[in-house]
Amino acid sequence: MINTIFLYALAGVGLFSLGLYALIVHAHLLRKILAINIMGSGVFLVLVSLADRTQGIAPDPVPHAMVITGIVVAVSATALALTLMLRVRSETGQAELLEEPPK
Amino acid sequence: MRLLLMALIIAMAAGLAYAILSLPAESAGLSVYTTENIAISGVTNPVTAVLLNYRAYDTFLELGVLLLALLGVWSLGSTATASQRPSAPGPVLDNLARVLVPILIVVAGYLFWAGAYIPGGAFQAGAVLGAAGVLLILAGWRINHRLVGLPLRISLVLGLVVFAVVGTLFMLTDRQFLEFPPQYAGVLILLIEGLATLSIGIALAALFLGADPEEDDN
Repeated sequence: MINTIFLYALAGVGLFSLGLYALIVHAHLLRKILAINIMGSGVFLVLVSLADRTQGIAPDPVPHAMVITGIVVAVSATALALTLMLRVRSETGQAELLEEPPK
Repeated sequence: MRLLLMALIIAMAAGLAYAILSLPAESAGLSVYTTENIAISGVTNPVTAVLLNYRAYDTFLELGVLLLALLGVWSLGSTATASQRPSAPGPVLDNLARVLVPILIVVAGYLFWAGAYIPGGAFQAGAVLGAAGVLLILAGWRINHRLVGLPLRISLVLGLVVFAVVGTLFMLTDRQFLEFPPQYAGVLILLIEGLATLSIGIALAALFLGADPEEDDN
């Protein structure tokens, strides 16, 4: 019987891999930003679940603190990325990176 | 091509899964050290102790990252918001904002205070405060033009500046950067967290708003 903690951690690996696939496959920048956020959620899930391997006592607080730090960084990076995306759209008329630089 | 990519990603996922499954099923991690020293950390919630005391460096730099992201957003100019014309909020959103924003501010205050002994703290409280700001922005509220210049900037950097000042102040008494003397740690953490909550909340709302509100006025 597989430990539930590892089940959560493996789900995190799954989320990370799905996000990486979407990041590479999709050209639209909004989808890329969403994909990076899903990858981040996978990493957070791995950290939080592996912190709970302390039998009986409270979970290890250090990974939890790292996840809180990571969430704030992810939110600010996402906001910056979305603004960059809007800027790209206002410059080129589409929210995708062009193969050639605009003339 | 896509099949090759899929195969590569599945191989990577298998490798990661193997790495996770090869970890020991029982591991106390660092919780032994965090519980041992909780009495001198100034708080009783271990996560807050890690964030504001043991690894205060992380939190300190993270406040800097938040400000950097805001600087980046502001430096991109107001083209981003040009397409989002403010529309009249409608009676439901308007009234919802009026009812919810005071409640959100009280909840943020509670979360910040409770962070010392139960889950909560500056980031959770700051996120709730930021959500209140987003709700206000959606309902058409804009910050008073007399407050958008220096007062807004001071409140944005207040958390980071006070963190740095408190961190360096005790270096005069032969301590490391960000090392708090145990007898004052509780009060100092409360001070830093309170101001950090304010700065985080305002920064998150400002990130949502997009361009620098001062330039938007012109």
